[in-house]
This record gives sequence, C-alpha cells and structure tokens, in this order.
Amino acid sequence: MAKNEIKYLTAIKQEKRPKKYCRFKKMGIHYIDYKDAEFLKKFINEQGRLLPRRITGNSLKFQRKVGDAVKKARQMAILPYVTDLLK
Amino acid sequence: MNNYELMVIFTPVLSDDEFKAAQKKYADLVVENGGEIVHSNPWGLKSLAYPIAKKTTGLYWVMEYKAPSSFNEKLKIQLLRDESQMRHMYTALDKYAVEYNAKKKGGGKFTNEKNEA
Repeated sequence: MAKNEIKYLTAIKQEKRPKKYCRFKKMGIHYIDYKDAEFLKKFINEQGRLLPRRITGNSLKFQRKVGDAVKKARQMAILPYVTDLLK
Repeated sequence: MNNYELMVIFTPVLSDDEFKAAQKKYADLVVENGGEIVHSNPWGLKSLAYPIAKKTTGLYWVMEYKAPSSFNEKLKIQLLRDESQMRHMYTALDKYAVEYNAKKKGGGKFTNEKNEA
C-alpha cells in the first residue's frame, strides 16, 4: 500500500453537474429578436429581472444581446419592467 | 442605405381605417425620402405589459425598411407630432437580423397576411 493513499470509510459524494453552455453559440443563433416575448422569458425571473450569466450559461457576447433585447421589449410594453408571478 | 425596423404603438381608439391611413402615411414618408419598404406587419390590438397613457391596450405596427441614415430624424419629428401614436422605436438591423426577418417572413405568417390584403 502506497504511503500517501488516504482511505475514507464512506465514498466522498461527487456529483458531476453537466457543463453549462451558451445556447446561442451551440445553436448558431446570431440575432435575438426583441419582439419574441416567449423566448425572452427564458432569460428573466418571475419579477421580470434579467437572470445572471451564472445561471443561463450564456457567453458574454450573447448575454449582452439578450439584455438589449429585453430592454427594448420593456420599452415597447412587450415585457413588463416589474411584476410578480410572470411565469 | 441601411436596414431599419420601426415599431409604433398607436392608441387603441383608432378605427381600422385610421389605423391603415396612419400606416400608409409613414410608409409613404419612407418612399418619399428615397427609402424602400421591405415588409410591413400590423399586429393589431394587443394588450400592453403595463399601462401607457392610462391605456391597457395598443395597436402595434412593425415595419422593416431601407433608408438613408439621415431619414430617421425626419421620421422621428413626424412621429412625435402625431397625436395618435403612444410610443415608437426604430432599430438598426445588422445582417443577421435581416436574415432572421427574411426567414420569418418565409413562414406561414406572411402568406396569411397576403390573403387578408
């Protein structure tokens, strides 16, 4: 038995999360339409706030574009600025 | 010549004819100023996500057009003088956006409008 080998009585729990990816890069989407409210709702929470990149997994480039699209949609009253129970 | 998209929310009190007349007015304005209309899509009455000018619904109209960049200022003046519009926005379209819009038009949506007109 090797010297440095450490043995645990119970196996250490190691859950492996699937790696997050940017759906725009993966699917080859270049333009995010501000008119498509149902699609933009994937990137906002129940209060109508933008979800962080940490959760959506978007690349920086596309997170910015999502942000722009959501802001345009808000201006044109397609999405609300603040709300409750959006979804 | 650049590609733009204009979205206007008209007040819901407009009648069908007035709505059409207003669309025509701005479409003509584009052509007069050396532009070109790619596509015009009246969404019609739609409820707003939040009230604008104490109204909960609005008549949406989306128009895609090509125009010289100096045209948008003229368009803005006309739109702001118009009492029947509640809100407007024009967006510059990049090549991907133009592609996306062309693709979307190719779908069933476009044929429906053509039948109605």
